[in-house]
Amino acid sequence: MRTLFLPPNPAFWFLAPALILIAGFFFLPVAASLLLSFTDFDIYALGDREQLRFVALDNYLRLLHDPLFWTAIKNTLYFVLVGGPLSMAVSLGAALLVNHRLVRFKGLFRSLLFLPVVTTLVAIAVVWRYLYHPRFGFLNYLLGLFGFEPIDWLGDPDWAMPAIILMAIWKNFGFNMIIFIAGLQSIPARLYEAAIIDGANSWHQFRHITLPMLAPTFVFVTVITMIGYFQLFAEPYVMTQGGPANSTLSVALLMFQEGFRWWNLGYAAAVAFALFLIILAGTLLQLKLRRREI
Amino acid sequence: MRLIGLLLALVLLGACRRDADKTVLEFWAMGREGEVVQSLMPEFERRHPNIRVKVQQIPWSAAHEKLLTAYAGDAMPDVFQLGNTWIPEFVVLKAVDSLDDRLTAPQRGDYFEGILETNEINGRLYGLPWYVDTRLLFYRTDILDKAGFSEPPKTWNEWLGMMAGVKALPGEDRYALLLPMNEWQVPVILGLQLGAELLRDEAQFANFRSGPFRQAFHFYLDIFRRGYAPAVSEAQIANLYQEFASGYFAMYITGPWNIGEFEHRLPKGLQDRWATAPMLAPDENYPGLSLAGGASLAIAWNSTRKDQAWELIEFLSEPEQQLAFYRMTGDLPSRRSAWQHPDLATATRVQAFKTQLERVASTPKIPEWERIASKIAHYAEKAVRGELTEEQALTALDEDVDRILEKRRWLLRKQAQ
Repeated sequence: MRTLFLPPNPAFWFLAPALILIAGFFFLPVAASLLLSFTDFDIYALGDREQLRFVALDNYLRLLHDPLFWTAIKNTLYFVLVGGPLSMAVSLGAALLVNHRLVRFKGLFRSLLFLPVVTTLVAIAVVWRYLYHPRFGFLNYLLGLFGFEPIDWLGDPDWAMPAIILMAIWKNFGFNMIIFIAGLQSIPARLYEAAIIDGANSWHQFRHITLPMLAPTFVFVTVITMIGYFQLFAEPYVMTQGGPANSTLSVALLMFQEGFRWWNLGYAAAVAFALFLIILAGTLLQLKLRRREI
Repeated sequence: MRLIGLLLALVLLGACRRDADKTVLEFWAMGREGEVVQSLMPEFERRHPNIRVKVQQIPWSAAHEKLLTAYAGDAMPDVFQLGNTWIPEFVVLKAVDSLDDRLTAPQRGDYFEGILETNEINGRLYGLPWYVDTRLLFYRTDILDKAGFSEPPKTWNEWLGMMAGVKALPGEDRYALLLPMNEWQVPVILGLQLGAELLRDEAQFANFRSGPFRQAFHFYLDIFRRGYAPAVSEAQIANLYQEFASGYFAMYITGPWNIGEFEHRLPKGLQDRWATAPMLAPDENYPGLSLAGGASLAIAWNSTRKDQAWELIEFLSEPEQQLAFYRMTGDLPSRRSAWQHPDLATATRVQAFKTQLERVASTPKIPEWERIASKIAHYAEKAVRGELTEEQALTALDEDVDRILEKRRWLLRKQAQ
């Protein structure tokens, strides 16, 4: 009983402002939307709270039978599994190039390659829509030089997702590149020197020194990339609105459409928690796999 | 760029002329209309020196979300434009005020009845049609001529004969009609023409397996089965205007916005070789029904400046302003008296719309309609692609729509108790 009246640890007061903010602006809304996902909050309930019903797990059960949800899962996995590794490969490649000892003006190149990350997506989308234009686009012009038929990048259901992936990689690789550069710079130069003395060529050095030494960086980058890519939303929202034929509909976009197009906030909240569970499972799985490796 | 300049000017104006004695009306308008309506405001403000109008332009793609979010956040504008299929939703929310006491009888009689009717929910008027639209037939006169027809089709049977004739013309990759298979409008129009009741029992249940709709759906699918229309979705038609010019298709059912687009984008040599005609009918009652569409102006329920808001709506509804608006946007006036002006009376392609506007019907006026419409498009596409049979598609459609209407049934039961 007496401990209750003891003054709390002074550290508590230092942490309090941050804790209050996190509680008020993160945990509270999350708890509220969890509650929301057990109701059928819709346009009728918005007008009159009397018209709100508690439906328990109904939203989640409906979700499992919603073909649109499975389409969204499929598209999102496509984006994560193809776009994620590709984006990391591009980031690593760019980091190796920029960090190479023969490269001059390293700072300049780093900044230039980082530029797409800080540019707003809407501006990027405008430019990329020109690049992807079926008749006047630069990409189709290039293809034409090699004698390929023009591709309707954003209009063809088979090509829309690759087009989105390409744009997302270009937009995002700079961030991971910076992290990889930091990782590369923390590898002691003496390891390479020793390897050279032992007669290792540059591929051997990369395979047996660079990659193993980057392992902790890889864990971080994979997890962050995966979490980010699972939440795919802005790219299809500004480029295709989920079309054509739902081929770029992601889980987050489905959530947005259910919530703010049809105003089924209860159902949208259920989609949000399903996405949360998927990302959580993916992250835990990755951490587990990596831990075993290290 | 022009838009940014406009907005900037607006912000600056707002910053330096905040007179205390002036009422500031907040007015939200969408897309091109929002851009253009700005130029009508100086005249309104000259006539009403005590009112200043703040026009906020909203892109169409975000308009619905933005209005609902504004409602939820209690930040509605005083006057706003809304698509007339959204009205039931905003009435359910009690977000719009009734206009019955404000609109005079002679004014009322000047509007196209079918269009005004879409704004009436449970016998009360909630929006005033600002501009109207409906769908009808656009066709290539030269191609129909070549197939031996000098007049546009008037009945379904004539239409089928004509499509067969066009399809039989020499030339590979030629179709009679363009019917984007992911659109719900044409199957619904055909159903309404046969008198189908899309939803039954006060719109509590889906009714797509009823005789008339089934017959219309069969006719619709037949057009694809016989190869008169290509099985393509809207996104797959890379350039509509080019395809129309090249003769890939000879007929297309679309709305008034395409008059301007066609005049602007089709090659010069083709300009006297296309025309518009009212929708054909299943029987001899030409013209057949089409959909009542368009946008309306409404007053927010909780606005504190409703009288001034009505003055703005009245101003924008004057035939002269509607004509000015038509010249700037190509949007068709909602009042019959505006149509007497030579600008409209001599435009033959536009006149087909006048005829059609007297023969329009509305879709079910419930908040769930847009969702239901997207389901119709979804299953119509599946049936056209052959993934589902006619029967399977209609059954699945009925099931899905019944699920959407579940809440509505619950509410009606609750009200009845």
